[in-house]
Amino acid sequence: MAGKPKLYYFNGRGRMETIRWLLAAAGVEFEEQFCETREDLLKLKQDGYLLFQQVPMVEIDGMKMVQTRAILNYIAGKHNLYGKDLKERALIDMYVEATMDLNEMIMHHPLQPPEARAKHLASIIEKATTRYFPVYEKALKDHGQDFLVGNRFSRADVQLLETILIAEECKPDILSKFPVLQAFKARISNIPTIKKFLQPGSQKKPPLDPKLLPKVMSIFNISNE
Amino acid sequence: MSGKPKLTYFNGRGRMESVRWLLAAAGVEFEEEFLETSEQYQKLIKDGALLFDQVPLVEIDGMKMVQTRAILSYIAAKCNLYGKDPKERAFIDMYVEGTADLMGMIITFPFTPPQKRNLALIIERATTRYFPVYEKVLKDHGQQFLVGNQFSWADVHLLEAILMAEECKPDILSPFPQLQAFKGRISNIPTIKKFLQPGSQRKPPADDKFMAQEP
Repeated sequence: MAGKPKLYYFNGRGRMETIRWLLAAAGVEFEEQFCETREDLLKLKQDGYLLFQQVPMVEIDGMKMVQTRAILNYIAGKHNLYGKDLKERALIDMYVEATMDLNEMIMHHPLQPPEARAKHLASIIEKATTRYFPVYEKALKDHGQDFLVGNRFSRADVQLLETILIAEECKPDILSKFPVLQAFKARISNIPTIKKFLQPGSQKKPPLDPKLLPKVMSIFNISNE
Repeated sequence: MSGKPKLTYFNGRGRMESVRWLLAAAGVEFEEEFLETSEQYQKLIKDGALLFDQVPLVEIDGMKMVQTRAILSYIAAKCNLYGKDPKERAFIDMYVEGTADLMGMIITFPFTPPQKRNLALIIERATTRYFPVYEKVLKDHGQQFLVGNQFSWADVHLLEAILMAEECKPDILSPFPQLQAFKGRISNIPTIKKFLQPGSQRKPPADDKFMAQEP
């Protein structure tokens, strides 16, 4: 079954955004169906579309895929963004698992109770600048290549760029101590497919408007997660 | 650089247990170094052994691998437990992510403050969200293994999750006859049978004594 992949999620970043980034980077056009109410999500469940009753769900190549990592792995493999052998794949996996850890922290930030927010933000910035970014800075500096792994564009580069940009939304000068990452950011942003995704009118989603948070939580019943 | 993989972690299940299961299922012997003090852990960090300052760490094939899923994917692929093509791989990934979510709830249980613990939610998720899926998969294709009529990481991971869930509620599989048969079958695979015997490197559940020694 050919045709564009179709993404099922709410109209926001959440766990689907990394998938949007990867498809866009690979130059793959995709469609989206947004859950706007609890009933929309319920209908997907009742129709048996969601293997574990959860979104993200992506219809691709005749499969209704769920679980973010499974989806990302499939897309990366299909579009040659997963290294050329097992060892490159292992290194890419280590790098992307870490960016996903950092993304997860940032994703949960709006869910923090007000009194914990400042401390949580400080923790995100500390982790980004002492645990994660130094690793990528060093990796790029040590091999001097344009891309993180195997001298070739891969999902690791896409996911790192995504993470850099959302970290900059937390603290605009967060890359000030990382000159190699600054150059990386510019270089990867200029790749034609990515440049296109970064322009207004693309399917890239804005940060969650705090006013919409209660509605999103009610769609997903997040207090029960 | 050959030799057995070497696992560095605390002397307990945590995030390393799935790695132990997979290596054991694949018949791969491994060594373990246990972190017993905060000083040991800090030394690892200072020596630059931990890419992101975290364990699990598995030294394998000349790499110091971190990040549990990266480690598991590598072992699965290397040991032919990851399906024969991208679509089988996709199903294995979906299934293991589901069991990982369920085990993630159970693993964090002892670390959750008593007033926030929700055993009922774990049991509900296991019996209404996760186990019915695997029950149906096995029933629908009638094969011995979850994916591609071949033993894979998905089968190992599901067995691990089943046993962990039974520790929460011993009769948790009572509505799931296919999973009961699956459990019996997979437990009898020689490498797994060996891992399930006393004296193996399988770790017991976390208890208060283990909690007290966390660095």
